[in-house]
Amino acid sequence: MQGPILILAEHLRGDIASLTFEMLGIGRKLADDMKVPLHSVIFGKDVAPLASQLGVSDSVFVLNHPQLDMPSSEVVAALLKTLFEQKNVSLVLIGGTNVSTGIGPKLSFRLNLPFVNFCRNIRVKDGLVSFTSQLFGGKILSDVRLQENRGVVSVYPGSFPIDAGKSDRKPSIEMLDLPLEETKVIFKKYLEPEAGDIDITKQDVLVSVGRGIANADNIALVNELADALGGALCASRPVIDQGWLPLSRQVGKSGMTVKPKLYLSLGVSGAPEHVEGMKDSGLIVAINTDPNAPIFGISHYGICADLFDIVPTLIEEIKTHKSE
Amino acid sequence: MDIFVFLKMVPDVVEELLIGEDGKSLDTQWLRMKLSDPDEHALEEAVILKEKYGGTVTVVAMEAPEVEEVLFTAIAKGADCAVKLPGDWAGIQAPAIAKLFASYFSLTQHQIGSETLILIGSQAIDDLEGEVAPYLAEILGAHYVGVVTGIRLDEEKKKAIVMKEFAGGLRGEFELPLPAVLGVQAAEKPPRYVPVAKVRSIMKSTRIETVDVSPSEIISGLSVERLFIPEVAGKAKMIEGPPEKVSTQIIEILVECGIIRR
Repeated sequence: MQGPILILAEHLRGDIASLTFEMLGIGRKLADDMKVPLHSVIFGKDVAPLASQLGVSDSVFVLNHPQLDMPSSEVVAALLKTLFEQKNVSLVLIGGTNVSTGIGPKLSFRLNLPFVNFCRNIRVKDGLVSFTSQLFGGKILSDVRLQENRGVVSVYPGSFPIDAGKSDRKPSIEMLDLPLEETKVIFKKYLEPEAGDIDITKQDVLVSVGRGIANADNIALVNELADALGGALCASRPVIDQGWLPLSRQVGKSGMTVKPKLYLSLGVSGAPEHVEGMKDSGLIVAINTDPNAPIFGISHYGICADLFDIVPTLIEEIKTHKSE
Repeated sequence: MDIFVFLKMVPDVVEELLIGEDGKSLDTQWLRMKLSDPDEHALEEAVILKEKYGGTVTVVAMEAPEVEEVLFTAIAKGADCAVKLPGDWAGIQAPAIAKLFASYFSLTQHQIGSETLILIGSQAIDDLEGEVAPYLAEILGAHYVGVVTGIRLDEEKKKAIVMKEFAGGLRGEFELPLPAVLGVQAAEKPPRYVPVAKVRSIMKSTRIETVDVSPSEIISGLSVERLFIPEVAGKAKMIEGPPEKVSTQIIEILVECGIIRR
């Protein structure tokens, strides 16, 4: 017999994360298809007022405690395990975000149930739930199943519509009284983002570089292109982590979200983490050697070529065009 | 302080990836393997910590193509000892990897205590069943924080103060006692470069240790039905031709969209 679905509501600094509504939307559909209840749970300090936003679920469990201000993954995993057992839950959905990192594997270890990472789609057919996970930065997808539909699932942000997870319905709210596991992992403070030399969110033209740039020496070339176009240089995570451009130039889920008029992408494969931060740009032109690169799926124009074959010519032609 | 870094090889995604005949795994014939990016950062952070606070750095990796070069490079960068776990580990997932790594400690009789700091790349691109660090922390009974982008120690070197990344540049500071397992996203400095000549000379003068860990039976309740390459939504209009022709067309598009002047 299939048990209820439980969603861990994610929130940061007093706001429910949009991913929570994504999970509520797909969770609702899943629960209806399988004819089981949909529960959600929110843990934190001063989170009681947020519970009313979770009306898509049938019941909302709330645990409000001063010690739950940015609780460690071990504390949350312990609470979820208790709830899982008390409410006879089958499936838990957790946000695949930095905030929630570690909770899923810890819960799965403690429950001795499997964990599905990077989940981008969930379907039910003949009572069997199947999940599609993305691997290798979105280059490969994998369809997986869970024994008896039981397990812990990490939902990749941006995979499901947000609207389906919003409702004016008043959920039934249950205040939990669960013992808190003692933890020595202490949250001290927030560290605000550092301002960079330029604000890439305010640029009309962005030239973006990814792994295909190969090494730091090539930054000068793409910078020349950005200059010729009157824009600025930004990058995907691997380039930033190598220290070839400062953190303030990072586009993506953990970096900045940008909406320039032109986003010229060079050697960026288009991993979902990156796409999340640039998909609403006005005009997207991408150059990549791999014809299957996901970046082509969201670009207006694509060139399947080595960026080093195209960029020098492009710089010359732009200069010529300007001088004419 | 005893710092351990666990390294994992992953397919290089710059190359085209193909599905194997079984439809459930990658075609390994042309697969080029490389060190997982966050693991490279975990190693860098370990060497930075050793330089700041002293101690030793041990790197441990499962056997895989190219892994010996990665281990020798780690020594060239400043690790003191490199260990290979022999075996065919293709397709192994985080819960089983964590068990292997935990058995490394028991087999070598390393005591996990207030001197032990374990660093692992926060999440690898093939971590279908989750990341290794939290599983390992559970098995070892150590504390854990993931997506770490900076580590320092308190005066007694008994506590780690770590920066964890949230989103949009926002980070948080956490404090936790050792022993700890940290999932490293990025070292505070980019991974250092070591000349090939130095790696070659290390290869001649140093030996990689091996520890025989036996694979534990892990029955996963997760079954992979198929792997497939996502269809590119086909939204992009492809521009083809020699660089001059492509450049001219790009400029025409930019002019048309009002991005550069006619």
